[in-house]
Amino acid sequence: MSWLDVFRGKSKPPPSAGAAKERLQIVLAHERISRTGDDFLPRLQKELIQVVARYVAIDPKAVNISLDRGGDMSTLAIEVELPAPEKPKPGADAPAGKAAAPEAPAGSKAEAGQKAS
Amino acid sequence: MAQVIVVTSGKGGVGKTTSSAAFATGLAQSGKKTVVIDFDVGLRNLDLIMGVERRVVFDIVNVISGEARLNQALIRDKRVDTLSILPASQTRDKDALTKEGVAQIIDELSQDFDYIVCDSPAGIEKGALLALYFADQAIIVTNPEVSSVRDSDRILGVLQSKSRRAEEKKEPVKEHLLVTRYAPERVERGEMLKLEDVREILAIPLLGVIPESESVLKASNTGSPVILDDVSNAGQAYKDAVARFLGEDRPHRFIDPEKRGFLSRLFGGRAA
Repeated sequence: MSWLDVFRGKSKPPPSAGAAKERLQIVLAHERISRTGDDFLPRLQKELIQVVARYVAIDPKAVNISLDRGGDMSTLAIEVELPAPEKPKPGADAPAGKAAAPEAPAGSKAEAGQKAS
Repeated sequence: MAQVIVVTSGKGGVGKTTSSAAFATGLAQSGKKTVVIDFDVGLRNLDLIMGVERRVVFDIVNVISGEARLNQALIRDKRVDTLSILPASQTRDKDALTKEGVAQIIDELSQDFDYIVCDSPAGIEKGALLALYFADQAIIVTNPEVSSVRDSDRILGVLQSKSRRAEEKKEPVKEHLLVTRYAPERVERGEMLKLEDVREILAIPLLGVIPESESVLKASNTGSPVILDDVSNAGQAYKDAVARFLGEDRPHRFIDPEKRGFLSRLFGGRAA
């Protein structure tokens, strides 16, 4: 940079190469894992549904799985909608129960699961 | 028995064909009998970069389909007499390439040549898979840029699982990293991934660093591989890379910003 830049009014943007390296390291760490083994998520989903179905009658379609991949921590959230109680009260909609199983310490979603039981 | 070298990258536009042309020419200049094959059927460009586009009569697909003999399709380079070019077909679709057909061509070329350089198309489809299938060594062309590094990592995975050496559980394909379009000034300003970062992420041995250079466009304009431009940084960097490939120990050049004179620093002119 030359001293003339002072008059040209250039402001230095923050260097971006560091961000490039960090983002690459994260995405490649995950891609390399999935390269060696096949994608386990569909199987995990299927087996979890089987386990839950052993105890509660659930609709296999009412299950949501989401994955958020981060550098230090990844979160796997599994949401199972539990059916309404046996004796439906008049006018009451089927309450949707939620059970979350994150890899990280349980968050607020786990509490939602207790409401339905 | 010839060594088969694939020049590949996954991503397009990073300098595969430029590098294939330069590398093959460099090997031939070192006295090695070298043939460079264009695997980009439908989008051939090696002929233009090598400056032989007006001499193409038959191509690789003609040879595979039995319409021409291999010797009829090979184009002898007029500048380096140990160098030949086998062009891709411009009209046929990619399905015209078959594993058996390519195997036969490589087999036949192996008897006459020391090195067979395979210029891969971009992507991880049939053409790219066939270009790397028979490889003994691979040159991974990478720009210091996120999408290129990611795709290089992907293609390394493909090499390690889908090459013939991988399938036959032989010694793995020898991998070489060739970083192209490197701009030390931009690296210094923190705008571009550092060479060290690319090396660390891909974790394969570094063969060479080709600096971003105006001479590359000039070379493709005139159909003369940039390695023949002795004065250009890019040409010299390719020469170094070829020498290293052949076992010579050469320091990496053009990886630090050029020292600028007092006046140029004072007035902020562009480094020459």
